Amino acid sequence: MLAGLAAILKRDLRLALRQSADNGMAVGFFVLTVILFPLGVGPEPSVLARIAPGILWVTALLASMLSLERLFAADYEDGSLDLMALAPLPLPLLVLTKCLAPLPLPLLVLTKCLAHWLLTGLPMVVLAPLLGVLLNLDPAGYGVLVLAMALGTPALALVGAIGAALTLGARRGGVLLSLLVLPLYIPVLIFGVAAVDAAIYGTGARPHLLLLGGALLAALALCPLASAAALRQALE
Amino acid sequence: MTASRLGHLTMSQRRSGSSLHRFANPSRFLRLSRRLTPWFAVLAAAFIGAGLYIGLFVAPPDYQQGESVRIMYVHVPAAWMALFVYTCVAASSVVSLVWRHPLADLIAKASAPVGAGFTAVALVSGSLWGQPMWGTWWVWDARLTSVLILFFLYLGHIALMNAFDDPTRGARAAAILAVVGFINIPIIKFSVDWWHTLHQPASVFRLGGPTIDVSMLVPLFLMALGFTFYYLLLLMLRVRSEIVARKIRTAQLLQAAP
Repeated sequence: MLAGLAAILKRDLRLALRQSADNGMAVGFFVLTVILFPLGVGPEPSVLARIAPGILWVTALLASMLSLERLFAADYEDGSLDLMALAPLPLPLLVLTKCLAPLPLPLLVLTKCLAHWLLTGLPMVVLAPLLGVLLNLDPAGYGVLVLAMALGTPALALVGAIGAALTLGARRGGVLLSLLVLPLYIPVLIFGVAAVDAAIYGTGARPHLLLLGGALLAALALCPLASAAALRQALE
Repeated sequence: MTASRLGHLTMSQRRSGSSLHRFANPSRFLRLSRRLTPWFAVLAAAFIGAGLYIGLFVAPPDYQQGESVRIMYVHVPAAWMALFVYTCVAASSVVSLVWRHPLADLIAKASAPVGAGFTAVALVSGSLWGQPMWGTWWVWDARLTSVLILFFLYLGHIALMNAFDDPTRGARAAAILAVVGFINIPIIKFSVDWWHTLHQPASVFRLGGPTIDVSMLVPLFLMALGFTFYYLLLLMLRVRSEIVARKIRTAQLLQAAP
């Protein structure tokens, strides 16, 4: 089973890297939108430093939503999602479980989310401190910013997968996706910004990071199940 | 049009023999709702009328807030209804996902816009109350923010329900969303306890009894009852019109392809 999932992960990454424009766009959107803020609110360093954590998080939220629409759509349209959902377990596990069960959909969702995060979330985690420099972010905030982003962006991908699965085959799926997913993103945004702010003002980022970690664990456990239910009704 | 030509509504009605499934039968539901609707209308009008009269003219003004406390008699019941209706949507979504009752989908679809309306009333009346009391139309405290999220969840539910060409697909997708979004309901309820917010903590449903005087509780509960019957009235009317709309749709499809 793990081999099958690894094959799907490898395939997703290879497909994405061969058409790198798609993922580059989400990351490019992240950088460009952050750059818009100093031009919009003015280059005053103290103002920028005050709002830098918020800008970085809001922009990361929007950027990670941008490529969500394609998370299952391509596989849904060309039918490979049906095949993946129906693919039997590899032989050793088959012997072990003694029944012909298809690949569990929640694990497929998890693999898809991992590929999505590696392609859009991880670059944003790496780029966030660099953009923080542009925004005159307080030096005390960088470590926590990276840590909070590393905890928060996978949760965003997992929650977003529910929206992506629900809107498969819908009219105007992209706009609908943002309406569904953004309200569910708000907890990550609140705790993510609170962690960086707490690090800057020295009030202790630990509780906020723990809450972010808790949100990630809850998302890891629950979101694949919800997305799998949504995928199942889309494939029916 | 004969009863056997009503598409999937009738298919499940055939299977529904047990007592649990009795009211999932659309034609039985139609009969029942036709009988209940006038009662709901009368009760809603009576309770809301009495609640408004007592709330606006009989109940005393607050010793701190003065006359503006009377906004409470609309604001608090509307907020209760916003949570209650979402709970109804989520519960019927679970029923729809587990047992595939066609009526559960109809109830969820009919309830969501009503709940969104109650949420909007709660938000607007709260804003009007906040201006004289807190000196601001809006603050980003936990209660207000989580209710605003509830409003967007309702909108997302309505949009998702209508986003598919096949109404069954929309209903199933919206049901999953409603169950996922239910996580927000306890957050709204306990937001005033978990975070120290500008919004006051619970003063009616709390351990140790309500902290509001009886003279104010009476109109509050009258309004809450009135709003509940108003919701039931709208639910009956909306489910009925939805059933009729589906019958028309099935009839048209049958005419197109005999």
